[in-house]
Amino acid sequence: MAIASTVKTGRRNSTPAPGRKAGFERAAAWARRAPLLPALVFMIAVTQLPFVVTVVISFFDWNALYPNDVKFGWFDNYVSVFTDESLRNSVLTTIVLTVVVVLVSLVLGLGIALLLDRHFWGRGIVRTILITPFLIVPVASALLWKHALFNPSYGLLNGILNWVGGVFGFQAPQPDWISMQPLGAIEVDLVWQWTPFMMLILLAGLQSRPLDVIEAARIDGASTWQLFRFMTLPHLRRYLELAALLGSIYIVQNFDAVFTITSGGLGTANLPYSIYQTFFLAHDYGAASAAGVVIVIGSLLLATFALRTVSTLLKEETR
Amino acid sequence: MSTTATHARSTSSVSISRTARRRKSATLLLGLLAWAVGLLFVAPAAWMVLTSLHAETDAATNPPSLLAPLTLDGYAEFFGASSGASPIPPLLNSAMASVISTLLVLALSIPAAYALSIRPVKKWSDVMFFFLSTKMLPVVAGLLPIYLIAKSTGLLDSVLLLVILYTSMNLPIAVWMMRSFLSEVPVEILEAASIDGAGLLTIFRRIIIPVSGPGIAATALICFIFSWNELLFANVLTSTAAYTSPVFLTSFVTSQGLFLAKVCAAAVAVSLPVLVAGFAAQDKLVQGLSLGAVK
Repeated sequence: MAIASTVKTGRRNSTPAPGRKAGFERAAAWARRAPLLPALVFMIAVTQLPFVVTVVISFFDWNALYPNDVKFGWFDNYVSVFTDESLRNSVLTTIVLTVVVVLVSLVLGLGIALLLDRHFWGRGIVRTILITPFLIVPVASALLWKHALFNPSYGLLNGILNWVGGVFGFQAPQPDWISMQPLGAIEVDLVWQWTPFMMLILLAGLQSRPLDVIEAARIDGASTWQLFRFMTLPHLRRYLELAALLGSIYIVQNFDAVFTITSGGLGTANLPYSIYQTFFLAHDYGAASAAGVVIVIGSLLLATFALRTVSTLLKEETR
Repeated sequence: MSTTATHARSTSSVSISRTARRRKSATLLLGLLAWAVGLLFVAPAAWMVLTSLHAETDAATNPPSLLAPLTLDGYAEFFGASSGASPIPPLLNSAMASVISTLLVLALSIPAAYALSIRPVKKWSDVMFFFLSTKMLPVVAGLLPIYLIAKSTGLLDSVLLLVILYTSMNLPIAVWMMRSFLSEVPVEILEAASIDGAGLLTIFRRIIIPVSGPGIAATALICFIFSWNELLFANVLTSTAAYTSPVFLTSFVTSQGLFLAKVCAAAVAVSLPVLVAGFAAQDKLVQGLSLGAVK
């Protein structure tokens, strides 16, 4: 990726510097680079090299259950990746899951951030309890929703329905939430966990608004809606983009919630779960690698778009 | 609120008291709404804590028994009172993998951030984007080679392997965060120190680390949380020796008779370190989570 350009030595201070001076300059450039190198080398070794191996394996017919039957298979694995219906479905599931969770938690997070931006009694306490969902270990949160809330016979949701039914004297329905809406159940858990994250970023955005300008507009008679639409929202745009980007990075890769709540069943297998399955349950190393390569290419397309968003953030920073 | 600008200006003196009163009641209502939303969001977590303190027979009732007597049986069960399966090894594994990888991340990211902000290399922004781009590649795609390499080097099912992987998982975030924190160190102090003949190590020890202390703490905290929470690598690459707390929790994925209080106790216990760390540093959490972009 961007490594080649940094390793190359370049000269910036273009005072003509022949001989010894050029050597000195090069040594100075390396002295600058030295603190960076351990981190850079570590990252390349641990994250880039495995991908190279993945690409190589993706061209082999290799199932770990038949270790003596490994051979070069050209594009066999890629053909099966693109013709495999379940894998295509998991691409769709991943997109739906990510878009729904990011959008819903962004809207909820914005609403809550607007509420918390006002002065009221106990604001600090409300803010603190609101971040609780984000601080619960994802597997624990998924277990909580699966067993303690969604369970049809003893979950809290049906418990409340039953209790309300008892008070008003009617037979309350007792739906099996996870079987009815498997993907919805996962989305509820993830929205619950990610809304506080979105809220925190957007609240920081709200609190960085130039208050004098807003007060001036208010004195000039701008309505609350006009203030929100023409001053707050444009100011928040960067923060909305940042929150959406960071949320997407994590939710696209979600494994914990899918694994815990449905174990990939009922059409909820997203890409990370499908690859995990191809690899560890079917032991088809070749196909799993080909799927991995396809995902990497897809993510890179997404990432270049996302990185452009971040670069505007970086440019506005001054040093 | 449909007053146009001119209308509001001409009648402002008349309507000020009425507007003020209306704004006061609106504030009260919106404050109540904020409290309601906050309580709604915390309710599932509160239910988890309450259920963990109930006896199994009271935990799984429908309608729920809110006022059932409290007991620590769920926690005793979590610590293996009747099953004999102790959660101490996975908790220790998690603690070791998280703490050591966090220290390693700091040791690598602080010098790197120095070379990206205070005395930046050329093309420092390209390097920043390289780090961030590794975060966007799905980890599953590298899982198989990592598994094969770990198997051939004998690292499979070891905490060391998790330390290496968690370090690579958190290093990009830490570099981004630390860069934004180091950018805030006043240049004048650094220049004065180097004129006085302070070496790089002295500058780090005497200036950079004390000045950006809170930032380093926030970075460490977030790296710790992400390592503590991680499931995919730990689930695939460890079995009996190095399995972590989230892997331990996956033993509760399928329901087993009366076990709700035990599940909730386990969920609370495993989340406790993250909750404590997160609440303690909630002001720094935002800055850290947004990679330092949001101050």
